[in-house]
Amino acid sequence: MATEKKVTAIKNTPKHLLGIQNLSVLEAKEILTEAKSFIKLNRGSSKKLDVLRGKTQINLFFEPSTRTQSSFDLAGKRLGADVMTMNMGNSALKKGETLIDTAMTLNAMHPDIIVIRHQDSGAPNLLSQKVNCTVINAGDGRREHPTQALLDALTIINRKGNIEGLKIAICGDILHSRVARSNIYLMNMLGAEVNVIAPKTLMPKGIDSLGVKSFTDMKKGLDGCDIVMMLRLQNERMQGSFLPSKREYYEFFGLTPEKLKFAKKDALLMHPGPMNRGVEIDTKLADDINVSLVKEQVELGVAVRMACLKLYCK
Amino acid sequence: MKEKILTNVRIIDPSQTIDEIGNIVIDEKGKIKSIGKKSGTSKSAEKIDLKGLVAIPGLVDMKAFVGEPGFEYKENFRTLSQAALAGGVTSIVTMPNTKPVIDNVSMVDFIIRRGRDKAKVNLFPCASITRQMEGNQMTEFGLLKARGIIGFSDVNKTIQNSELMSRIMNYASDIDVLIMQHAEDYELAKNSCINQGEVATRLGLQGVSDIAEKIIIERDLSLLSEFPCRYHINQISSKNSLNVIKKNKSNGIKFSTGVSINNLSLNQNDIGEFRTFLKLSPPLRNEEDRLSLIEGIKNDLINVIVSDHIPEDEESKRLPFAQAATGSIGIETLLSLSLELYHNESLPLEKIIKCLTINPAKILKIDKGSLKEGSDADICIFDLEKPWVVKAEELKSKSKNTAIENRKLQGKVKMTLLQGEVVYSN
Repeated sequence: MATEKKVTAIKNTPKHLLGIQNLSVLEAKEILTEAKSFIKLNRGSSKKLDVLRGKTQINLFFEPSTRTQSSFDLAGKRLGADVMTMNMGNSALKKGETLIDTAMTLNAMHPDIIVIRHQDSGAPNLLSQKVNCTVINAGDGRREHPTQALLDALTIINRKGNIEGLKIAICGDILHSRVARSNIYLMNMLGAEVNVIAPKTLMPKGIDSLGVKSFTDMKKGLDGCDIVMMLRLQNERMQGSFLPSKREYYEFFGLTPEKLKFAKKDALLMHPGPMNRGVEIDTKLADDINVSLVKEQVELGVAVRMACLKLYCK
Repeated sequence: MKEKILTNVRIIDPSQTIDEIGNIVIDEKGKIKSIGKKSGTSKSAEKIDLKGLVAIPGLVDMKAFVGEPGFEYKENFRTLSQAALAGGVTSIVTMPNTKPVIDNVSMVDFIIRRGRDKAKVNLFPCASITRQMEGNQMTEFGLLKARGIIGFSDVNKTIQNSELMSRIMNYASDIDVLIMQHAEDYELAKNSCINQGEVATRLGLQGVSDIAEKIIIERDLSLLSEFPCRYHINQISSKNSLNVIKKNKSNGIKFSTGVSINNLSLNQNDIGEFRTFLKLSPPLRNEEDRLSLIEGIKNDLINVIVSDHIPEDEESKRLPFAQAATGSIGIETLLSLSLELYHNESLPLEKIIKCLTINPAKILKIDKGSLKEGSDADICIFDLEKPWVVKAEELKSKSKNTAIENRKLQGKVKMTLLQGEVVYSN
C-alpha cells in the first residue's frame, strides 16, 4: 500500500515461518539483523521485554527436544508472551486424535503463535492451513529446521563478519537431516559455497540439484572450507543397514583434529547437537573453545527465536 | 635362490596370448625374468628340462573353504595348501564361513597370521558381507579391506533383503570392494536339496527350481544398474540364469560371473542312488543346463571356473540325502577335471586356462594369474595327456568327499612353483 511508510520484507509475506525455502534474502537478513539486537539483551541482567505482552504462544512438540524447545520457551517469555509447552508424545495423539483435530482444538483457544515440531515432513504446512495464528516450524521430519539454520548463520556472521564468499562443509547424515537442508538453502541464499559430505548410503539422491557439491571423502570435501558443520548420526542408523558400525563411521567420517586440517587453518566447527562424542566428532575437538562454536550456537539460538517470534507475530 | 630356467616347455599364458614352446627364466628373487622362444640361458642357472609338458600361470581359485578356525577336523591351512599345490593352484580365495565367522577385524588378523605360518600358498581371505552371515547388518567393509580382505561373501547364503542389498552395493561402490553373491531365493529354495525335476521326483526329494537362482540375479542386476559396484555372482548353474546375464551384459551392466567345475562336468543324473558327495549348492541340474554353461564360457558370459572346494567329514555326509552336508572337495582336481572339457572338445584349452588364471586375478584386482615379466613365478606345470583315475584316499585334502571318485581323467599336474621355488612335484 502506498500509504504505508515503513515497508519491511516480512510484512508483505504470509505470517508463517515454515522453511527457509519460502524465505527471501531480504526476509532472512531482516531476521538476522533483528536477532543481533537481542544478543546483548540476553547477555544483560534484565532480559525481559514486553513486545509480545498479551500474546499467547503454544509450543507444540510431537518429538522430544531439549534445546529447541527450551530455546523457544525462553524466547517467548523474554518477549513477554504467555507460553505454554505441550509435549504431544504422550498426549492426544496416543488417544487417536489427528493433527488437524488437535490444531482445531488449540485454535479455539485463540493462540497467537504456534511453534510446532513434528516427525513428519510437511506437518507445519498442514497446520498453517487450519489455524488462524502464526505457525513457526521448529523442525519437521527430514524437511526443514529454519530457526536452526538462522541461528547457524547468525553464529557465523558473529565470528566471520559475513557469510558471502565463505565455503561451508556439512558432514554426516545428510539423508535424514532437516538441519542440513535448511542450512543448504540459507547458506546458498546468503552467498556461501556449500559442500556436503556423507557416506553414499546417507547421501540423498539429487542433492546436487540443491546447489551443493557432494563428496564421500572428508579430505576432498573439507578442502578450503571456512566452516565445518557436523551432523548428529542417529543411533538407530549406526547398527542398522545404512552403515557397518560406529567404529567404521568414525574412521572415515568422524571429525578429528587430523581431518579438520584438510579445511582452512582458521576453520570453525559447528554442531546442532546433541553430539555423539567419538562417533561423528572427536571429544576433545568438540570442547576446544578455539575451534568449536557449539555453545555459541545455543546462545544465539534464543536471540534468533526471539527475532522470529517478534517479526512473525502480528 | 639361484636363477632357474625351465626349458623346452609349452607355455600357455592367456594374459599375454602366448602359446608356444620355449623357456621360462626365473630370477633369484623368484620373479619371471623372461619367457618364450628366445629366452636365453645363462651358465650358472639351474636348468629344469620340461620337454612334453605345459606351463601355465599358477591357478587362482576364487572359492575354497579352509576349516580354520572351528572346523580343523575337516581341513586346515596345511592340508588345504598341500591339496592346492598338488592341483597347480597357487592362489586361493578363502571363504569366511568359519567358526567364528570372519566378520571383524580381529578375526582377519588371526587368519592372516595363521595362514602365513601354516600354508605354503598365496591366501586371499574373504570376509562376510553381513555380520554372522545373517543377512541383517553389513560388516565393516572399509576397515576390513584396510586389513587385507580381498572381497566379501556370505558364501552359501544370500542377502534376501533388497533394501539391504541396495545399501550394500551403494556403500561398496564408494570404497571399491568386491561383493560376491550366492544367488538363491530362500522361500523358493526352502527344504530343497536337489534340482527340481525328474531325478528329484524319482528320488522323492524336495527340489528347487532354477528360478530361485534367476530371481536373485535379476534383482541384483537391477539394483546394480542403480548402484554400480564391483559385483560378482559366485556360481551360476542354469541356462535361465545365463539368459538373464546375457541380457544385462548387452545392456552394459558391468559384473562378473563364476561357475563351479562340478556344474560344468556333472549333471543331476550323476547323483545316482543318493550319492551325498554330489549334493551341491547350487545343485547339479540337467544336461541342457550343463551344456549351456559351457556355451556361457565360450561367449564370455561366465568368466571364472572355481573348485568350490568344501571339505566335509564322513559324519556330515553319511546321512540321509536331505540331512547331509552340502559340497565336495575339488581344489586338487580342478585343473584335471577342467582339462576334460578340452579333451572332449567342449572348450578350447586357452579359454579354460583363462578362466582359471588371469580372469579371476583381474576380478580380484591381484597381481597373479600371469607369467608376464616381473610377476611372481607362480607356475603350474602339467602333463596334458597323462591318464589317471581319481582315488579319494590319494587326495591330499583332510576330507575325502570328492564328487568324482573313480573318474578317469586325462591331464595331471607334474610340478608347481611358488615364487620360483618348486613346492610340489611328482
